[in-house]
Amino acid sequence: MLGTGLIQGLAVTARNFVGSFHGTKRFVTTQYPEERTKLPEAYRNFPFLVCESADDPMGTLRCVACQICEKECPPQCIYIEKSKDKKPDANGKMQIYPAVFDIDIAVCMSCQICVEVCPFDAIEMDQVFEIAATDRFTGLMMDRHALAKPNGYFHQIHPTQAEEVDSRLAAERLAAEKKAQAAAAAKAAPRPAPAPPAQSPGAPSAQAPKPAAPAA
Amino acid sequence: MSPAATTHESLLERGPVLLRDWLTGFLPEPARWVANCLLIIVAILAVFGLLFAFLTLAERKILGRIQNRPGPNRTGWFGLLQPFADGIKMLTKEDIVPRAASPVLHFLAPVVLLAASILTFAVIPYGRDLVPVELDAAVLYFFAAGAATELAVFTAGWASHNKYALLAAMRALAQLISYELPLLLSVVPVVLATGTLSTTGIVAAQSGWKWGFVPHWLVFTPWGAAAFAIFMVSALAESNRSPFDLPEAESELIAGHLTEYSGFKYALFFMAEYFAMCASSGLAVTLFLGGWHAPLPVLEFIPSYVWFAVKLLALLLGFIWIRATMPRLRIDQLMRLAWKFLVPLALVNLGTAAFWSITFQWEGPFQLVRWAVAAGLVVGPFYVLGRGLSAGLGPRTYRFA
Repeated sequence: MLGTGLIQGLAVTARNFVGSFHGTKRFVTTQYPEERTKLPEAYRNFPFLVCESADDPMGTLRCVACQICEKECPPQCIYIEKSKDKKPDANGKMQIYPAVFDIDIAVCMSCQICVEVCPFDAIEMDQVFEIAATDRFTGLMMDRHALAKPNGYFHQIHPTQAEEVDSRLAAERLAAEKKAQAAAAAKAAPRPAPAPPAQSPGAPSAQAPKPAAPAA
Repeated sequence: MSPAATTHESLLERGPVLLRDWLTGFLPEPARWVANCLLIIVAILAVFGLLFAFLTLAERKILGRIQNRPGPNRTGWFGLLQPFADGIKMLTKEDIVPRAASPVLHFLAPVVLLAASILTFAVIPYGRDLVPVELDAAVLYFFAAGAATELAVFTAGWASHNKYALLAAMRALAQLISYELPLLLSVVPVVLATGTLSTTGIVAAQSGWKWGFVPHWLVFTPWGAAAFAIFMVSALAESNRSPFDLPEAESELIAGHLTEYSGFKYALFFMAEYFAMCASSGLAVTLFLGGWHAPLPVLEFIPSYVWFAVKLLALLLGFIWIRATMPRLRIDQLMRLAWKFLVPLALVNLGTAAFWSITFQWEGPFQLVRWAVAAGLVVGPFYVLGRGLSAGLGPRTYRFA
């Protein structure tokens, strides 16, 4: 009969009206500046530089200024200048560090290629979206001080990925330590008896330092 | 009747009249009449101006809730200052008049439209002894004043010198004239039954209760319910609101006759639309819902103007609810609904009302017969005409190509 569809429609809208006052099933609005929804872990937009400690971000940057990301970046928004001197990195090893590391956020296209090519897990994707600036030349040009964020922050925004990176780095560090120990042992072992084997350069003594050589 | 008589004279009930007499009582007779009229005009403009302001807010809030969002809630507490922010915005906006437009008519159209819709407020009884102008032909006056809005809409479309505006104005004219007919035809039975064209007379005819609790409102008769439904559909179309907002169909006509209007002139059009909606609802309350009468004798202690306001707001909320639900009609569907459905239905309804008036002295079992016949006369044509209206348009089946 004519009009039944209209009444059904009115019932639907009435249900929505009443339902919007009860619970969040229908009423999903978040009052943005005051309330915030948790961003999904997979959300990413612009890169940041990972440092080990929040107290000394410039001293503990993972970045060694290898410039791979600079070369790979499709829109070429990364600019790096290598340092002339070396500084100990988080593992205490002497490394070059980036004297200048700029990312032009206005140019960045959030492709994540820099993150994928980085052999040191030094650059990761951030979740900042409130970076509007009144001046695009200075406001959107992020230098290394603005880009450096501690590893703890990385754990906050991408827990799974940070977990994976940390375990890999820990494994590498462990392997490096073992190698260093082995190298130290190898160096220490031949030293007390350098003279006797010298007369007869046998296979066992020559093989022992070999694996330690690249590590040293 | 003594308790009822005392409630009629309660301070709250007589408040508005006493206030008016207190304000203008010291004046000599002719000046007092003028002052009274001015006071009434100010009161109507203030009350309906504020109602317009908060109705826009209520509409936005309710539409929002129906669409599962909060609506405006930043300006003031619960967004209560939003209408005033909108008003300031409208006032400070640039008023653009197209070079090709006729400047005088372009300016005159919103003014005439608003004036015509305000005129209709004059004959609605807002409460006991609260009718601005006591006219014997009040219903006639209401429709005569309301019909002037059609002229203003066409003036707006013509003066804008814009093809969309002109097309929309033609559409609006066709729509308004088509729906004027069922609107008037649905009012005729009321005049037939009450025997008067005066709105106060019609309200007085609906006073009292049957068996002490069923009010004598005309909507509680078969023909009254049908006439009320036809009246509300036509009033919806007359006030250019969804689902009959064809003249402003933005998908086809940009903003219709409002295309070339900006700033406060645009706000005036909006105000006129809401005023027309309020006036139509007020007349519907007067004609069918017992005017300012309380629904139950025990509720008579609440002043009559409050009852009028409650009924008016209920109808206005109904309008908003319908706006949130119905999609817009196509122009041919609109015309078909008016001429093939509402007009015949209203004509049949006239016969039903006549039958009802003739058989007013039927008693006992005849009363049942009277109800059955009248209900049949309402539902039968509705069913038959409804089938005819949707013939060939039945549920569509979708096939993959």
